[in-house]
Amino acid sequence: MTVAYMQAIRARYARLGYPAYRWYLADSAPPWQPLPKPLAASRIGVLSTAGAYVCGQIAYHYKDDTSLRALPMATADDDLRFSHITENYLVDAKRDPQCIVPLQPLRALVASGVVGGVAANAYSCMGGVYSQRRVRAEIAPAVLAAMQAEHVDAVLLIPM
Amino acid sequence: MCHQTVCLVARHLEANGLPTVCLASALDIMQAGRAPRTVFIDYPLGHTSGKAFDRADQLAIVTAAVTALEQMTTAGQIVQLPQQWGDDDWRAEAGSSQGNDTRQPRDDSPQFQFATDRDAALAAGNLRAD
Repeated sequence: MTVAYMQAIRARYARLGYPAYRWYLADSAPPWQPLPKPLAASRIGVLSTAGAYVCGQIAYHYKDDTSLRALPMATADDDLRFSHITENYLVDAKRDPQCIVPLQPLRALVASGVVGGVAANAYSCMGGVYSQRRVRAEIAPAVLAAMQAEHVDAVLLIPM
Repeated sequence: MCHQTVCLVARHLEANGLPTVCLASALDIMQAGRAPRTVFIDYPLGHTSGKAFDRADQLAIVTAAVTALEQMTTAGQIVQLPQQWGDDDWRAEAGSSQGNDTRQPRDDSPQFQFATDRDAALAAGNLRAD
């Protein structure tokens, strides 16, 4: 059985006396854009919501931080950091960032020719933003602009 | 919450001409959010691209996610990967209604992983001293 996260969180918050969180329930079919060229000729962009940043960059805060960080694709594991409102999920990522921000596998896929290339930077945000309005108004357009500036053909999104 | 954010962002990108694939590990949130393409890995949260230090596992999962961009043909489809975490002890706690609120207190100051990261951000000019 897969974990019923929405139900568990609803029940947990109700028991703690919090107001009910209104999860996003899509009421329309997803948009669809076919991959315009073969994967082996496509340039791939990446977004991780794990709150990853590079040492030297500013960390995220815990109050609906909607900012993005550009992580150079060649960033070494030792330079990757995390800050996220659910720090409890980051125990393993802080030991091995590749389990949530897979720069190494992506570089390997370029080397083996499975994908044509990857963007110069991967992007991260702190995905624990409770305001859906702010995700739509701030994060989504910023990610689109970043991916367009990187001239990618498709995007891999990795939630934590 | 990250999964909900990703659904909203994926739909926005796709509506603006960019194909997307979400590599995700909370199936119910992805079913509710109806992203264009989802590859589901049934691992505990925090391991979306594989088990720590297991390079073969990480490569297999990321390969499956990326190749789904070419292979999936139906909007809203969710493909489940065959990989297994191993023991299932984490499921009871993750799905428990009795759990505590494990989130950090809401705070709008940067939360550096290490104190030295603050010095590095100051030195790089990305953070102003106050």
